[in-house]
Amino acid sequence: MEKDQDKILNEVTQGEYKYGFVSDIESESIPKGLNEDVVRLISQKKNEPEFMLEFRLKAFRHWQTMKMPQWAHLIVPKINYQDIIYYSAPKQKVLLDSLDDVDPELRATFDKLGIPLDEQKHLSGVAVDAVMDSVSVKTTFKENLAELGIIFCSFSEAVQEHPDLVKKYMGSVVPYTDNYFASLNSAVFSDGSFCFIPKSVRCPMELSTYFRINAANTGQFERTLIVAEDDSYVSYLEGCTAPRRDENQLHAAIVEIVANRNAEVKYSTVQNWYPGDKNGKGGIYNFVTKRGKCAGENSKISWTQVETGSAITWKYPSCILLGNNSIGEFYSVAVTNNHQQADTGTKMIHIGKNTKSIIVSKGISAGFSNNSYRGLVKVVKNATNARNFSQCDSLLLGDKCGAHTYPYIEVDNKDSIVEHEATTSKIGEDQIFYCNQRGIKTEDAIGLIVNGYAKEVLNKLPMEFAVEAQKLLQISLEGSVG
Amino acid sequence: MLLIKNLRASVEGKEILKGINLEVKAGEVHAIMGPNGSGKSTLASVLAGREIFQVTEGKVSYFGKDLLEMSPEERASEGIFLGFQYPIEIPGVSMVNFMKTAVNEQRKHKGLDPISSSDFLKLMREKKELVELDAALANRSVNEGFSGGEKKRNEIFQMAMLEPKLSILDETDSGLDIDALRIVANGVNKLKTAENATIVITHYQRLLDYIIPDYVHVLNNGKIIKSGGKELAFELEEKGYDWLKNDSDK
Ligand SMILES: Nc1ncnc2c1ncn2[C@@H]1O[C@H](COP(=O)(O)OP(=O)(O)OP(=O)(O)O)[C@@H](O)[C@H]1O
Ligand SMILES: [Mg+2]
Repeated sequence: MEKDQDKILNEVTQGEYKYGFVSDIESESIPKGLNEDVVRLISQKKNEPEFMLEFRLKAFRHWQTMKMPQWAHLIVPKINYQDIIYYSAPKQKVLLDSLDDVDPELRATFDKLGIPLDEQKHLSGVAVDAVMDSVSVKTTFKENLAELGIIFCSFSEAVQEHPDLVKKYMGSVVPYTDNYFASLNSAVFSDGSFCFIPKSVRCPMELSTYFRINAANTGQFERTLIVAEDDSYVSYLEGCTAPRRDENQLHAAIVEIVANRNAEVKYSTVQNWYPGDKNGKGGIYNFVTKRGKCAGENSKISWTQVETGSAITWKYPSCILLGNNSIGEFYSVAVTNNHQQADTGTKMIHIGKNTKSIIVSKGISAGFSNNSYRGLVKVVKNATNARNFSQCDSLLLGDKCGAHTYPYIEVDNKDSIVEHEATTSKIGEDQIFYCNQRGIKTEDAIGLIVNGYAKEVLNKLPMEFAVEAQKLLQISLEGSVG
Repeated sequence: MLLIKNLRASVEGKEILKGINLEVKAGEVHAIMGPNGSGKSTLASVLAGREIFQVTEGKVSYFGKDLLEMSPEERASEGIFLGFQYPIEIPGVSMVNFMKTAVNEQRKHKGLDPISSSDFLKLMREKKELVELDAALANRSVNEGFSGGEKKRNEIFQMAMLEPKLSILDETDSGLDIDALRIVANGVNKLKTAENATIVITHYQRLLDYIIPDYVHVLNNGKIIKSGGKELAFELEEKGYDWLKNDSDK
């Protein structure tokens, strides 16, 4: 019986990463290493105003006083920060007027990833900002959005064109002192997306950023800032992939969201960074700080994440529920296979009255992987009538992987209700056999069962991406059952 | 259709099937009876290809092919259906999605394109009526929270959807109320043709009033110790198994 399980297990865990190719694109990089001069150089390359350089330098000086956090349930090999290239850009004209200006090889890369930069060909209703290595390559549908007053562009462009907005909001949710990786990012970030939805505008299409690491030895440090003014709405999607390489690569991003009165922001991520090979060699270290501030009354921020990639994931998309009646949501599916490690979860900080939060976390572990949920629900003294419901489920495939749940609950208000439920289950040999007996192959059976298990979260994704995510879940677990 | 020769199988080192011989031809209905723990479900599982059971000896041919060489899903695609004694729950997977996947796998095996949504829904409706399955059940997750009887009825519904050549129904009658028993049995009879065959595993002669067997076999301690016509079931109902056990011991 043991032996059979092992056999099935092996069969299902040997999935292949489909986006591991490298594109032959000429790029311009600065030398490896990190010091104040490098920070200045990045700022200079980007032709930044003085306030940006100051922000970077403050962050860098602060970062130097910090140590890498050790509290996560992760084994992180020592990272040599002097061995990383902090800026690499595909060589091309800085500002693109039309698609014809985009390097054909670059276009081909995004086509291959299923992210056509050609607006005609694109999924209707989705505007994309494509980021390769350190810079934004192309933002689609910009003009159409501009007619509504929506700003959707690369972060660099926002710094040039809308410095006041950047100055006002950058670091307002994730200060440069926030944590080790946030400080590092604040010092060296190179690009990312910027999005501003004006008052009373419902953004008519999905906005999306697609991150691609291509160059070797390069860290990707991007920054996304989303501001939703009163009574506005936007749904945002982030996707990411990287080539298959033997050495690990660092990705340390920041996402900041501000939702003002009655505004609603939905942020969805389908994270598919290269996870390393089946022996745990290579892969992306994904150390990301994502936080939203429900600044105004009745505002709502919703995080949905499907995490399948990365060698190591360290990520806690959070909500600060400042406005009265504001709502924070976190829906997560995190898959780990082979030797992947994930320590992920959320923080819900209830400050306003009648604030609500919901946490639905679905962990799936296979192979030799370790998958931890870490979540904080904090209710401050004046947050009368706050409500939280958390559901943390773990699904195990095989008996060599681990699942852990670390819920932290801090409630200082007597009228609040915080509920936490947790379950752990296994995909049973009997369930697989039942499917097999109906003619369904083991791999497909696992796909069915895993997607069934994660349905509650997948249903929160925009339609087009839900289908992609389902396929991705199955691929990630290919080769892994118990 | 099915020819079993001297089949021996064990689980966790313990021998359960100790030399089974059985032939099933197209159009036939075979009933297998026998005391608890005699190996009836094990036989069904081995025929369906469950890997936790090891076949240690013997041959099974199915339409001339070596059945034991085939994976469970291949056997299913080739028309073997097992109605489980204890149907498994699969939380979160809707019956619709599950059956659609199963039907399409079968079609793929036959070189057909996937079924269209409208044809599929039509097929579901038709088969639901056949076994009078509550429409609401089909919208729920596979067997999750189904009552014992509902699970059994759901097995027959799946059988109707997949139209197998060889159906092995493991105690499909247990847990069914009297009306449900009649409905399920009628369903099985309606699906019967000259080309397919059924093996019903049961403890009760009552089922055999509805599904009339051509042969009745008694399995005891991993062996078929007696075979006969449908009258054997009556005899068993009356006398139990002891007289046979003694008989075989002699
Ligand atoms: N997975 C298993 N591990 C260990 N023993 C098993 C396993 N499956 C079956 N057995 C044993 O094999 C024997 C035959 O079991 P089986 O389920 O085939 O009996 P059965 O004839 O179907 O009985 P019932 O009428 O109660 O359904 C029993 O002694 C049972 O305990
Ligand atoms: Mg049994």
